[in-house]
Amino acid sequence: MAHEHKLEIFRGLLKFKSNTQKIWGVLIFLTIVTAVEVGLGITKPEVLTQNYFIGMKLLNWIFIILTLVKAYYIAWDFMHLRDERSSLRRAVVWTPIFLVAYLVFILLFEADYIYNVFKDGFVKWNF
Amino acid sequence: MDSTVTAGSEENVWGGGNRPLNASYGKLMMWFFLVSDALTFSGFLASYGFSRFKFIETWPIADEVFTHVPFFHGNFPMYYVAFMTFILIMSSVTMVLAVDAGHRMMKNRVILYMFLTIIGGAIFVGSQAWEWATFITGDYGAVETKGGRILQFVKADTGERAALADFAKTLPSERQELERNDGLWFNQGASLPSYSLKEVTEGLKANPNILIRTETITETGEKTLLTREESLSKIKDGALVVEGANLVRNEYGSRLFADFFFFITGFHGFHVFSGVIINIIIFFNVILGTYEKRGHYEMVEKVGLYWHFVDLVWVFVFTFFYLV
Repeated sequence: MAHEHKLEIFRGLLKFKSNTQKIWGVLIFLTIVTAVEVGLGITKPEVLTQNYFIGMKLLNWIFIILTLVKAYYIAWDFMHLRDERSSLRRAVVWTPIFLVAYLVFILLFEADYIYNVFKDGFVKWNF
Repeated sequence: MDSTVTAGSEENVWGGGNRPLNASYGKLMMWFFLVSDALTFSGFLASYGFSRFKFIETWPIADEVFTHVPFFHGNFPMYYVAFMTFILIMSSVTMVLAVDAGHRMMKNRVILYMFLTIIGGAIFVGSQAWEWATFITGDYGAVETKGGRILQFVKADTGERAALADFAKTLPSERQELERNDGLWFNQGASLPSYSLKEVTEGLKANPNILIRTETITETGEKTLLTREESLSKIKDGALVVEGANLVRNEYGSRLFADFFFFITGFHGFHVFSGVIINIIIFFNVILGTYEKRGHYEMVEKVGLYWHFVDLVWVFVFTFFYLV
């Protein structure tokens, strides 16, 4: 049980006076991030949808990065991973990250391969 | 280096009582459960990605599917889902506040914040039920071709989607639904859509303002719009009229899209539901003073972890199902 809290977020850029204040601060941050995501999702600026980076639209990169940012603050501040021992933190965080990255990598590559089989094959799918 | 703690040096490491992670047994087990649950959800989302990449050219565009807000008519893509996300984050906040009040042994505050958390969870589950109902009912209706592709209809002048009711002709015909009380009791036909394929086809021929939209996504990220001539020839491929969604077919496009929608949001909704139930149990325990007697509110912290996890998963579902 970690009764003492670390009250800094953004690597010490923002320091709160109490744990309650920090919770509200993180809420404001998460709300802003969600609002930005929804705003971008509705307007879909052409600069971001027409340009690609490693085969994916810039807009989708932004969505995924912002999601990971949100996940970080939920886990670190709401689930108090920030206050836990680093060994617990590492065991809990790196295990799924490694397994998920591996799974996503193989599944998406395989799916892309099947897409090409459908596309270049001689069987008609769209009729 | 605060990675491990060793209790007093005279203590035997293997004799028990040593807590290298400085967390109680219950809390550790909750974390390990969450890790395995996270892997389950990742499996679902990764298989969603698999199917989507497999049919990347024809996958439905989520913005065009989830456009409804309760009590309002019109086209509001994403607004309601964003609202649901906010509700869930908000209930996560009240949960942390409950945990925080628990650390400071303030029973009444824990009760208040637990109550607010339960309310937030209930609103979220209700919203999800509403989303499901809207998704299953459908709004415009479509035609499925012999090859299992979906053809949707668009008004040529405004570019808006056209509902079947806007243009389908009412023809004098006899369509009868096969019910259990007709013929053999174990035979039951599929329920009839509002219009027959013939009525939709005739309506399309008679109404020059209606065009067909196919599943294929163009380079600019929109669905392909056929010309009038192409539309008239394409409708000949039609096999049946589809309204709404079920596990077999749906009017939005790829069949897998609806399957994954039901599966992923359903599994998440079940987590929220069970989270609300567990929260209610703990809420009553707090009221009865169980944790006051026990001397600490760690149980609130443990259900809190579960509750935040549900929120965490939703953040990913929101991105990968609705945004990307």
